[in-house]
Amino acid sequence: MSGQGHRTPSAPRLAVWKFASCDGCQLSLLDCEDELLAVAQALDIAYFPEATRAPIRGNYDLSLVEGSITTPHDAERIQDVRRRSRALVTIGACATSGGVQALRNFANVCEYASIVYARPDYIHTLATSTPISDHVKVDFELRGCPIDKGQLIEVISAFLAGRKPATPSHSVCLQCKLKGNVCVMVAHGTPCLGPVTHAGCGALCPSYDRGCYGCFGPMETPNAPSLSARLSSLGMDERALQRVYRTFNAQAEAFREESERHDE
Amino acid sequence: MTSRTISVGALARVEGEGGLEITVRDGVVTSAALTIFEPPRFFEALMRGRAFTEAPDIAARICGICPVAYQMSAVHAIEDALGVAVTGPLRDLRRLLYCGEWIESHMLHVHMLHMPDFLGYAGGVEMARDHCDIVRRGLAIKKVGNEIMTLIGGREIHPINVRVGGFYRAPRKSELRALGERLERALEQALEVVRFVAGFDFPDCARDYVFVSLRHPGEYPFNEGRIVSSRGLDIPAREFEANFEEFHVQRSTALHARMRHGDDPYLVGPLARYALNFERLSPLAQEAAREAGIGSICANPYRSIIVRAVETVYALDEALRIVARYEEPEAPHIAIEPRAGVGFAATEAPRGMLYHRYRLEADGSIAEAVITPPTSQNQGLIEEDLKSLVGAFLHLPEDDLRHRCEQTVRNHDPCISCSTHFLRLDIDRG
Repeated sequence: MSGQGHRTPSAPRLAVWKFASCDGCQLSLLDCEDELLAVAQALDIAYFPEATRAPIRGNYDLSLVEGSITTPHDAERIQDVRRRSRALVTIGACATSGGVQALRNFANVCEYASIVYARPDYIHTLATSTPISDHVKVDFELRGCPIDKGQLIEVISAFLAGRKPATPSHSVCLQCKLKGNVCVMVAHGTPCLGPVTHAGCGALCPSYDRGCYGCFGPMETPNAPSLSARLSSLGMDERALQRVYRTFNAQAEAFREESERHDE
Repeated sequence: MTSRTISVGALARVEGEGGLEITVRDGVVTSAALTIFEPPRFFEALMRGRAFTEAPDIAARICGICPVAYQMSAVHAIEDALGVAVTGPLRDLRRLLYCGEWIESHMLHVHMLHMPDFLGYAGGVEMARDHCDIVRRGLAIKKVGNEIMTLIGGREIHPINVRVGGFYRAPRKSELRALGERLERALEQALEVVRFVAGFDFPDCARDYVFVSLRHPGEYPFNEGRIVSSRGLDIPAREFEANFEEFHVQRSTALHARMRHGDDPYLVGPLARYALNFERLSPLAQEAAREAGIGSICANPYRSIIVRAVETVYALDEALRIVARYEEPEAPHIAIEPRAGVGFAATEAPRGMLYHRYRLEADGSIAEAVITPPTSQNQGLIEEDLKSLVGAFLHLPEDDLRHRCEQTVRNHDPCISCSTHFLRLDIDRG
């Protein structure tokens, strides 16, 4: 009744793991409608509980890890995942920088629990939400809230070919210029995090007449204080400036430091 | 006395982390408990102090499977607090975006999560090795749902184009028209899916459900309507908390919900919407349902796969109507001014009714947020389903029985990420 299908023993074994998250990044794999069956032929999808009942067994060649570490149990579980994985790739903002749930890192988690739960004493949680790299060695980090599915296919293909993934580390701003968009900040005075945000989304928000809100996290060596000065001249107050860096990648170092500069 | 415990350690093919424990005494299922160990993320707490303009983006992150539902309940509730309403083409675009999410989410569940139970596979990818054309057809329809979300929302997961008051950018008429041909092809394929799933071998059962969903005078419900039940309840969204309450049980990080008057657990989702709104389905969708032999009320949870396929037909049909009549709005959003107030909204997520309430300060910052997702409302009922349905399968070998238990849970497409994942199953036979 619950056949496990026929696996090619030689295909690399893929596992998809979930920690604290919304499931969106692993859904990106199921959203690759045109590529999913090809990926399934090239790889043995050996552990992917959202998609299959096949149980954990043995070791995996590639582990995709979604979600952040927020409980004592998960802090132990990620050690086991690392031991079972030849390569470990984090997918998305939660696994790479702690996610939106890392807003607790700037607050009191007991107070948070008392707001949501009638019986906070039933809840076992850590005071912080932390990225996977705080706990184990990570071989590659794919950014985004959510990840871009084209980039996911690139990372899986690169792994199969034994090469480094071709995912640019420049800013959304550069991607936006390459796309030929009119600058929303220069032309319309719309606050935009594009100059400090990691590329990967295809400069989506500016393409929809909206400022970038930083869901791919900071680029390499961003100049956030300079951008903040510009945002301030566009009328953002200190509180708004702090909030703009404290969303889906609040715990990422460059965004955390900049948000703390605007503590009231 | 003989007794037995059946346990499922981690429930597969559901969105999130959870388990299941069932106790059997003298051949009778005496208790069934879902244990949800999805780590809490505290959305209602972290929303406080944020600007109302940020709510749709933050709320979306509750669930990667149904972000549009969270965005829609958020914008409607905040617009209620601000005393504005979105009408005309902007309202149509929201409805079209919701069609996209229903198509995507239902086809994911029907083909990748639920169908493997009926055809005897561990998952959709394994099933595709023997039933490649079926899976490809399902993925093709799902892709059209994603294309709607990508056009209107910017991307399929956590769309970026939704804002309080409308959208950041409204699509051009030509962009929408380009969807038409693919929608028509997907509609034909969805009608084939209804016929295909109607032929599955279903356990013979009917449950006496209390159905709860939205009802709108002229439409099958997505964004708007009153909250109604099969027992006569008929209230606006602002009276939700007076009629329903959430409570906390130790085994679960998801809150359970119940009606304040009456002990029976209630059901939200496709079966409830369908039973309470059959006559508001398009003639084509009604015809497909009749052909599939499910009548205007379906109380066999295993047949929910047919209802999801029928709702997919409806969503494609409705999307085609919206595309055909679309005229570009004068502005992509209406003007919004912050003010103090409280706002309420319920909309129909693919998995059922999703309630939001926000209290705003005069500067538009969020003072309080309350969110009741469909899966927390359905938890009690899923446990009742297990208690009443699993008894018929107790003669099966342990592995098959465990599989039946999982299938019984998957009937309701629980989204545990939302409800704050699923399944460990323990069957205690003593």
